[in-house]
Amino acid sequence: MLYRENGQFKTSYAADQQIFPIAQDRWAIVGILVFAFIGVPLLVDEYLFRAILIPFLILSLAALGVNILVGFCGQITLGAGAFMAVGAYAAYNFHIRVDGIPLLVSFLLGGLTSAAVGIFFGIPSLRVRGLYLAVATLAAQFFTDWVFLRVPWFTDNASSGSVSVSNLQVLAWQIDAPVDKYLFCLAFLVVFALLAKNMTRSAIGRQWMAIRDMDVAAEVIGIRPLFAKLSAFAVSSFFVGTAGALWGFIHLASWEPAAFSVDRSFQLLFMVIIGGLGSIMGSFFGAAFIVILPIALNQFLPALGGLFGVTISTAGISHAELIIFGALIIFFLIKEPHGIARLWSTGKEKLRLWPFPH
Amino acid sequence: MKLGKLALSTAATAVVLSSLLTSPHALAQAKEQFFPVLVYRTGAYAPNGTPWANGYVDYLKLVNARGGINGVKISFEECETAYATDRGVECYERLKGKHGGATVFQPLSTGVTFALTEKAPVDKIPLITAGYGRSESQNGAVFTWNFPLLGTYWVGADVAIQHIAKKLGGVANLKGKKIALVYHDSPYGKEPIAVLQELGKTYGFEVQLLPVAHPGVEQKATWLQIRQQKPDYVLLWGWGVMNSTSLREAQATGYPREKMIGIWWAGAEPDVKDVAEGAKGYSALTLQHGAEPNSKVVKDVLELVHAKGQGTGPKDEVGQVLYMRGLLSAMLGVEGVRKAQERYGKGKVMTGEQVRWGLENLNLDQKTLDAMGFAGVMRPVQTSCLDHMGSSWVRVHTWNGSKWEFSSDWYQADEKVLRPMVMLASSKYADEKKLKPRTPEECKK
Repeated sequence: MLYRENGQFKTSYAADQQIFPIAQDRWAIVGILVFAFIGVPLLVDEYLFRAILIPFLILSLAALGVNILVGFCGQITLGAGAFMAVGAYAAYNFHIRVDGIPLLVSFLLGGLTSAAVGIFFGIPSLRVRGLYLAVATLAAQFFTDWVFLRVPWFTDNASSGSVSVSNLQVLAWQIDAPVDKYLFCLAFLVVFALLAKNMTRSAIGRQWMAIRDMDVAAEVIGIRPLFAKLSAFAVSSFFVGTAGALWGFIHLASWEPAAFSVDRSFQLLFMVIIGGLGSIMGSFFGAAFIVILPIALNQFLPALGGLFGVTISTAGISHAELIIFGALIIFFLIKEPHGIARLWSTGKEKLRLWPFPH
Repeated sequence: MKLGKLALSTAATAVVLSSLLTSPHALAQAKEQFFPVLVYRTGAYAPNGTPWANGYVDYLKLVNARGGINGVKISFEECETAYATDRGVECYERLKGKHGGATVFQPLSTGVTFALTEKAPVDKIPLITAGYGRSESQNGAVFTWNFPLLGTYWVGADVAIQHIAKKLGGVANLKGKKIALVYHDSPYGKEPIAVLQELGKTYGFEVQLLPVAHPGVEQKATWLQIRQQKPDYVLLWGWGVMNSTSLREAQATGYPREKMIGIWWAGAEPDVKDVAEGAKGYSALTLQHGAEPNSKVVKDVLELVHAKGQGTGPKDEVGQVLYMRGLLSAMLGVEGVRKAQERYGKGKVMTGEQVRWGLENLNLDQKTLDAMGFAGVMRPVQTSCLDHMGSSWVRVHTWNGSKWEFSSDWYQADEKVLRPMVMLASSKYADEKKLKPRTPEECKK
C-alpha cells in the first residue's frame, strides 16, 4: 500500500540507475541515517554502545570486505581474521612510530598495508579455486598469527605481547566516550558502504561478478583474471584491514593476536553466508545475526526462565545459547540458502503487491 | 511452509522479547553489595574455571550466611566469558552498572585483565587479579585500580628459580644450566619471560622458550625439542587442558616429573588427576594455599552453605586447590569492602571508589585470618597505596599420585630484582598513557 512505485517515472538515465530507484527506499535510508546519527546517541545507554552497537558496526564493515571477495568475486577466503590483524597491527605501528600522525591516516595506512598483504596472499587464486583456495588463504591466517606472536618488533617489544592504545583523537575530537566511538565507527561504515555499493555497480564490480559466475567465459570476453581477482583481494583486504584497525583501536583498546584468530575468520565467513552472498545489505544482516543474537540469547534465556520461576545455571545458558544459535543457522540456510538478504528482498517484492501477494 | 513461518515469527518475537526483557533496569536499590562474577564454566578451560567459580560464589554465600558484611548482604550475578576477551568485556559492560553498581571485578583471565585495565579507571571499579594479571600493576601509583593481590607472575618466576637454586644447592650452581619454559602462548604465558631472562643474565643460566598454542592439546613438537635439548628443569606455565597434556607428554618422552615445576595455575587437581601416577613427583608453586580440606573456613562452607543445600558445586570438590583460590579471591574482595566500611560507615553499601580505598589499606593480620577460618591457609597480607600486591610468599607443593602435599618452606620473592622491573615497566606504561603517577601525599586523601 505505502510501498508502491506507481507514478514514479524515470526521465533520465541517472534517475534510472541510482542506488535506490524507489522513492520510499530513499526516504527510508535517509530516515535510518538520521536515526543512526542523531536518534541513537540520544536514546541508547552505554552498555548497548559498547557491547553491541560498536562491535556490530565494525564487524559489518569487515563483513562488507569479505562479501566483496567471497560474494562478488567468488573467491572463498578463510583469512579475513588475518587481514584484520594486519590492519590493526599496521595501524598500531604507524600510530606509535610516526610522531604526530593523524589517527585517520594511520587507519587508512593500516588498510593499505592489509591490501598489499591481501594481494600477496591472493596470488594463489590465479591457479587454484574453491576449497583449495580457502586452504591457501588459511595459510595467511596462520602466518599472521605466527608473525604477531613471535616478532616482538610488531608489538613494540611488549613483554606480554599485548598492545594498547589510548588518547585517540581526530583533529580536535577526542574519541573517548562510547557515543564518540559509535559515531566514529558509523561514519567510517557509511562512507565505506557507499564506496562498496558503487564499486559493485561499476565496471570493476561487473568484472568481479563475471569472474565469479564463470571465469573461463569472463576471460573469453576480455576480462583479465589477474586484475579482477587481485583487485578484489586488494579492495576486500583494505576494508577488512580498516575494520581490524577500528576493532583494535576503538573497540578493544588493548589486544593480543588471539583477538584476530581463525575463529574470527570463520565468524566473518559465516556472516556473509548467512547474511547473503553478493549483497551489501546482507553483510549488515549477517553481522547483526552473528554479533547480536548470541548476546541477546544469553540475556533472554535467564529472563525467560525467570518468568516461569526456573533458574538456569550459567553453564546451562551458555550451552543453550550455542544450541539455539546453531539450530537457527541451519534453519536459515535451509529456509533461504541465499541468505537473509534474499528474505528481505522477497519481503519487499511481496509488499509491492500487498494486499494480494503471490 | 506453515512450520517455517511459525519458526520465523518465533525467532522474530524472541528477538523483540529479549530486547524488552533485558532492557537495563535502572533500579538503584543499593541495599546490597553487588559482586559481579565473571566465570567460565564452558569452553576449553572449564575444568579449571568451574572450581574457581564455585569457590568464589560459595564464599559470598558463606558471608551472607554469617550475616553479611557488618549486616550488609551480598548479591551476585554470574556472567559466562568462556575465557574469551571480547565476551569478558561484554560481561563487564553488562554487570558494571547493575544492582547499584559493581563492587569489584575479578576476571580470572590475563587477556580480559589487560582489556579491563583500560576501562576500570573510567568506571572507577577496582580490579582484583589475585595471582594473575599484569605484573607491573603491583605499582599502585600508576595502576590505581589494579590489585594483583598475593602475587604476580614475576613473583612466580623469581620463586621458581629460587626453588631450583635451592635444589641445586645454591645460586652459584645455576651457572650453565638450561631451564625451559613451556608456556601458554598468550599474555598469561608470556608474563614470566622478562624476569626469567633477567635472572638468567644474573646467574648465568640459559632460558629456552617453548610456546604452546591455545588450547594446548598439541604439544608433540614441544616435547620433541625437550627430548633433544634436555633442559635441566622445565617450568610449566599452562592453563586448563594444556597442563595435563604436558604431563602426559613428559611421561611419554620420559622427562623426569621431579624436574618439572608449574606455576600456581598449573598445580591443581584437574591438571594431574587424569595422569595420576604419571604425574607423581611433579611440583607446582602455590599461591600460599594448597588443597585445604581441613581448614576451618572449608568446614564452615560445608556446614553453613552445603549442608543447607545451597552449595554451588559438588561437595567433594570443596577445599580443592582452585576452589580455595576462588574462595580466597572472594574473601579479599569482601575484606576490601569491610575495610572500606571502617572508614566510610559500617553497615553501608560501598561504592567502587570506597572499596578501592579499602583494598589499598587492607591489613589482614594473623588474628583476623584465624578468626575467619584461614589459619594455615595463608599468611598475613598488608597492602598500601603504592604496593597493591601486599605479599609475595610462595611455597611449593608436590603431587604424590593421589594428592598435593607441601614440599618446601616458604619463599619470598626477591624485591631487589623485581622492584626495579616493576618500576620500569609501570613508568613505561604511565608514559604511554600520559598518566601522572600518584604521589604519597595524594595517597593520604
